[in-house]
Amino acid sequence: MTDKPVLELSNVSHEYRGRRGIFGQSAPMLAVDKVSLRVERGDILGIVGESGSGKSTLAKIMLGLLTPTEGEVLLDGRPAGSMTRRQIAERIGFIFQDPYSSLNPRQTVGKIVAYPLYLRGEGTSAQRQERARKILDIVGLPLRFFEAYPNQMSGGQRQRVAIARALITRPKLLICDEPTSALDVSVQAQVLNLLLELREEFNLMYIMISHNMGVIQHMTTRVAVMYLGRIVEMNTSKRIFEEPRHPYTQLLLNSTLTVAQGAGVPDLKVDTAKREAMREHPSFIAS
Amino acid sequence: MLINVENLNIDIATANGTLAAVQDVSFCVSKGETLCIVGESGCGKSITALSLLGLLPKVATRTARAMTFDGVDMQMMSKAELRALRGNRLSMIFQEPMTALNPLHTIGRQLLDVYRAHRKASRKEAKERAIYLLEQVGITNAVQRLNNYPHELSGGMRQRVVIAMALMCEPELIVADEPTTALDVSIQAELLRLLIDLQKSFGMGMIMITHDLGLVSRIADRVIVMYAGQVVETAPAEKLFTNPSHPYTRALLGSVPDPSHPRMKPLPSIPGTVPSLLNRMEGCHFLDRCPLASDACRKPIQLQQIGGNHEARCIKVGEGKIRLKVVA
Repeated sequence: MTDKPVLELSNVSHEYRGRRGIFGQSAPMLAVDKVSLRVERGDILGIVGESGSGKSTLAKIMLGLLTPTEGEVLLDGRPAGSMTRRQIAERIGFIFQDPYSSLNPRQTVGKIVAYPLYLRGEGTSAQRQERARKILDIVGLPLRFFEAYPNQMSGGQRQRVAIARALITRPKLLICDEPTSALDVSVQAQVLNLLLELREEFNLMYIMISHNMGVIQHMTTRVAVMYLGRIVEMNTSKRIFEEPRHPYTQLLLNSTLTVAQGAGVPDLKVDTAKREAMREHPSFIAS
Repeated sequence: MLINVENLNIDIATANGTLAAVQDVSFCVSKGETLCIVGESGCGKSITALSLLGLLPKVATRTARAMTFDGVDMQMMSKAELRALRGNRLSMIFQEPMTALNPLHTIGRQLLDVYRAHRKASRKEAKERAIYLLEQVGITNAVQRLNNYPHELSGGMRQRVVIAMALMCEPELIVADEPTTALDVSIQAELLRLLIDLQKSFGMGMIMITHDLGLVSRIADRVIVMYAGQVVETAPAEKLFTNPSHPYTRALLGSVPDPSHPRMKPLPSIPGTVPSLLNRMEGCHFLDRCPLASDACRKPIQLQQIGGNHEARCIKVGEGKIRLKVVA
């Protein structure tokens, strides 16, 4: 039981159907193309790639919000297709990119955080509130926020609320879609530190979807690089950053502007030929 | 000197009182020079940019001791004079290309309009200019592209069009407000490089507004760090990055996740959040979050010379390296 990966995707593909309407037709679009990956105990898996590379589609598939057109998703060794939404939600939590739109503005923080428990019909109202208080304390929010509304809070505080809401049902795996990209640099570090701390405390696994290579390098154990719907390279975080092998990974790393005074901006023109070459290039998947 | 701003103040009237969004900000930019204004959201950097172009919202009022463009007082300009300047000698690149472009017109029409509004030029001349610039910003088959609507282009392409549009009338100064944050990393680097190359070859001055310290370190000649409406530090780029002197600058530089930090270990971070500007603060705006704060920081603090064009708004500049707290 314990050595089964918590989440496993094998050869998962998803194709968005083309549309036929009064504005003409659109071709079907293969958003995710034969993706296989597994998340095991202790993992923080980073998923990087440009917009349109299929990261979000993949996240939706993992959450059971989309049924892949092909392939299999296993949760704790059981096919996710045979599970109910609730069973999936017990295992996987989700944090959205934008804490300004992911929290209901008309509900208090206490209600927002306790709501997943209510949905599951757990405990009495008082017990649920008690647990919400506890989890708010764990994510570092003072109790005075319990009765506050999201618009009274800063971005970092809201993201803490989102994290608390995701954790109150004690999932094993948390999918974080750009968890800090809407936050200021000075607050980003606070939230990243919190995620690392919670990982210890709850024995959590993360999937971090991000554009920010600095964040990915700092936070992950393994990295999957996506390009045009495929995983073109997957390896330990260390190796990805030390010896990137796929040309797209190399391009990503070269275009990351780290703090380096006077280094200038690298000249990276990507023309159609280069794109084509990256698409054709074989993948490097280390398990 | 191309643009000179002294003691710029911007107040915004809100339902809860007056918000001092920008307080005594001064800077100047010469031809070919790049000034970066860095800061977090709400620090006043974007509104500073808008005020340069006279594009402030109605609720905001601007006062400045001096504000000149190429020697002419911008505060005395009429609306017509300002309009003749904007998009012509002074242009702006906005963050969101989708909102900066009009979805109802082809990009060709939008590019031509800018040119013909400021120049006595025939449609043919304007079209030639547009094609030339689209090619300059790396758009292939520019002639056909002129007939495209913004929605037919990708985000990166749209931003190229916005850059081309800003360059139509050979501006002397470009104000760029986070021109690449909405784009993918690889396209971001490519477009930045393009923008700097064009800036160099046309000898333009540039004011780049951003929160990305990595970007700043690579393109800036001079940097202004803003915090809660004030300039907390200003210096030539090499001085700012080798000798960051304000505690906020140091903390900001320290909290960027990069390979210098041990992986998966807590990052140094700045506790707390940016204060609200609704209540006018007397002393240092960074007081509540600063590890060096003391009672002496509660009275007004001026920018202090540290030497060689380097100024910081801190009375404890000399006090060694700051140990940053690690908080979660």
